[in-house]
Amino acid sequence: MSSSSAALQERSGAARETPVLVVDDLRTQIHTPHGDVQAVDGISFTLGRGETLGVVGESGSGKSVLGRTIMGLYTTGPTMTVTGRVLIAGKDVHALSASELRELWGGDVGMVFQDPMTALNPVKKVGVHLTESLRKRRGMNRPQAKARAAELLALVGIPEPRRRLDQYPHELSGGMRQRVVIAMALANEPALLIADEPTTALDVTVQRQILDLLARLQDELGMAIMLISHNLGVVAGRADRVAVMYAGRVVETADAAALFDAPHHPYTEALLEAIPRLHQPPHVRLAAIDGAPPNMVAPPVGCRFAPRCRYAQPDCTEAPPSLDPAMANGVVTPGHSFACYHPVNAGGQ
Amino acid sequence: MAGSGVAHLRPEAEQVLAVEELVVQFPAKGGHTVHAVSGISFDVLDGETLGILGESGCGKSSAGRALMQLPPPTSGSVRLGDDELTGLTAQTVRERRARMQMIFQDPVSSLNPRRKVKDLVAEGPRIWGKEATREQIEAVLRAVGLDPAVVWERRPHELSGGQCQRLCIARALMLDPQVLICDEPVSSLDVSVQAQILNLLEDTKKRYGLSMVFIAHDLAVVKNISDRIMIMYLGKVCEVLPAASLAEHAMHPYTRLLLESVPEVTASEAATGGEQQRAGGELPSPLNPPSGCRFRTRCPLVTEECAAVEPQLREVGEGHYLACHNSGPGASPAA
Repeated sequence: MSSSSAALQERSGAARETPVLVVDDLRTQIHTPHGDVQAVDGISFTLGRGETLGVVGESGSGKSVLGRTIMGLYTTGPTMTVTGRVLIAGKDVHALSASELRELWGGDVGMVFQDPMTALNPVKKVGVHLTESLRKRRGMNRPQAKARAAELLALVGIPEPRRRLDQYPHELSGGMRQRVVIAMALANEPALLIADEPTTALDVTVQRQILDLLARLQDELGMAIMLISHNLGVVAGRADRVAVMYAGRVVETADAAALFDAPHHPYTEALLEAIPRLHQPPHVRLAAIDGAPPNMVAPPVGCRFAPRCRYAQPDCTEAPPSLDPAMANGVVTPGHSFACYHPVNAGGQ
Repeated sequence: MAGSGVAHLRPEAEQVLAVEELVVQFPAKGGHTVHAVSGISFDVLDGETLGILGESGCGKSSAGRALMQLPPPTSGSVRLGDDELTGLTAQTVRERRARMQMIFQDPVSSLNPRRKVKDLVAEGPRIWGKEATREQIEAVLRAVGLDPAVVWERRPHELSGGQCQRLCIARALMLDPQVLICDEPVSSLDVSVQAQILNLLEDTKKRYGLSMVFIAHDLAVVKNISDRIMIMYLGKVCEVLPAASLAEHAMHPYTRLLLESVPEVTASEAATGGEQQRAGGELPSPLNPPSGCRFRTRCPLVTEECAAVEPQLREVGEGHYLACHNSGPGASPAA
C-alpha cells in the first residue's frame, strides 16, 4: 500500500507472472421489472500479490456489483446474467459448484462489507463467528480454534481478545465490530481481500485506524486488496492503482499518484473538482457536476458521461470510446488508460 | 462546567441566536444518564454560518435538535432574537420557532411519501392558516433548482436524493426563516450532488439573508460552508475558531487528531501512502464521561491537571478560543 514507484513497477511485474485475480470482460446484467440493467459492462483487470486496487465511483456506478460478481455472490440465475471470466488464485469462480464456492469464500478470498453490524450474526458471540470456519476448514478442535481466534483478534488490534470472544456483536463499538469482520475475513490468510466501503460507516479517526490496520496486515500477509469506495481520499492514500467507474464501465485507470495528479477523463477531473478541500479557503464555490447519472435500463449511446460532460462533442454520442492507453510525447504511459475522445491534461494528444 | 465557558460569545445586540449552558441528558437503563450535551454555549450572528464539527456521539445532533426544542434541553437557554424558547408551552414554542427551520440528514424519510411536491411545499404555511399561492410555490421551487413543471405532481419516491434535499430546503424557505439548522444535510449524497447542495445552501443563505447552523462530521465540507467552526467532543466544546484558520491554526489535540485523520486527495499523499500517526483510541462512554477534560483518555498531551480541572475556553487569537490546559500560548509545558 505504501511504496515507491520503483516498488510499484516491481509489483506490476510480479502481477504479470502470477496474478491473484484476473477479471476478463466481466458483464453483470440484472433483470428488473423495468428492463435489463447492465450494472457491470465489460470490465477487465489483473491484481498481483501485495497490490491494492482502488475502485471509485458514485452510487449506482456498479462498483459494489463488480465486487460481488468477482466474489461469486452474483451468478447467472433467474434475476441476472453474468458473462466473462473471473480467476481467483487460478480458479474460475463462475465454474465452481456451490460447495467449491464455500471453500473459496473465507479461503482464498475474504470479503469485508460496509456495515459491520449486519455482517455479524447478532445472536452469536464474537468467538463463534471466528471459530466456525477454523474448525470446519482447518479441522481444529474447540480449544485450538479458540486460541487461534484470540490471536486473530489481537492481530486486528482488539484489546483483551479472550474476553471479547464471549461478547455479542452489540456489545462492541462500530470500529471494534469492523475489526472483527476483518479478522473473520483474514482467518484463513486469503490471497485476496475484497473490501467494499470498509470504513464508510465509521468515524474519521476510526477510519484511519482501520485503513492503517489493512495496510499493516497486507505487508505482513502479502495479500492483494480490492478497495471499493466512493471516497476518493480514502483510495488516494491507500491504493497502488485506481479504477474510476461510471455507469458500469471503467472510464479511467492509472497509478494513484498519476490519476489524481493529471486525470485524463473529464469525469475523473469533475469528481476531483467537486470535493471540498481542507486547504482551500472557506466559501470557495464548488464545481458541481450538473445532471444525474444515466438511467441504466436505457443508457446513452456512445460515452455514458457525455450528457453531463462539459467537453462533449457530437462524436461522443455516436459510439462508446474504448479504454485505451494514455500517451505522453508519443510514448505509452504504463498502467494509465482512459476511455474518452476529448481527454483533459493529455498534452494535445 | 468544563470544556465549555462563554469567552467566545459576542455582544447580545449582534446575536441572532444565542445558546447558553445547554445541557441535554437522556435517561438510560439502570438509573444511568446519557450525558449527550454537557453545558455548551454558542451564538450566531446575522448572516453568519456556524459549523458544528464532531464525530458520532459528540452531541452535535442533540445540540441541534435542542435548539428546535426537539426535545427541549434538560437545562440552559436558547434565545432566538429577543425570544427565549425554553420553558414555554408547546403552542408558544411552535409559534416562536417557526423562524428557525431544520434540514435533516435523510431527505427521503423526512418527506411524507404520500404527498405530492406541490402539497409538501405548501404544507408549512397551511399549518399557520396561510394558503401559499401557486406563484409563491413555483418561485421557491425555482430558487432551489427544481423545475416546477416537472416535479409539481411528483411524490418523493419519484425524485433522487439530491432533489429531495432541494425540496426540504424549499419547504424550509416557505416559512421565511431567520435561521436554518442543517444536520448533516449532505452526508447521504454522492460527491457530485453534495457539491450542488452546498452551492445551493450558500446561494440561498445570501438570497434570503439567513443565518445558518451547519452540523456535520466532514471537516472539508464544514470548512467550505462556515464562517466560524465549533469543534465538539463528548458533549463539550474543544475549540472555536474562524473557518479560515481550521487547517493551519487549530490547536486542540482533538482537532489536530481529526485533521491528521482526514484522507486528502493530493498527489503527494497518493505517492507516499500518507504519514503514519499514533493510534487514536476509542470514544469513552457518555454514560460515565471522564472527569476534567473529556478528551484526556485519548490525548497525547495529558497531564494530571487534565483529570482534576476542566479546561475553560480562553482566547488564543483573533476569534480563536481553546479549551485545553496543555496546548496553545501560555500552556503549562507538558511532561
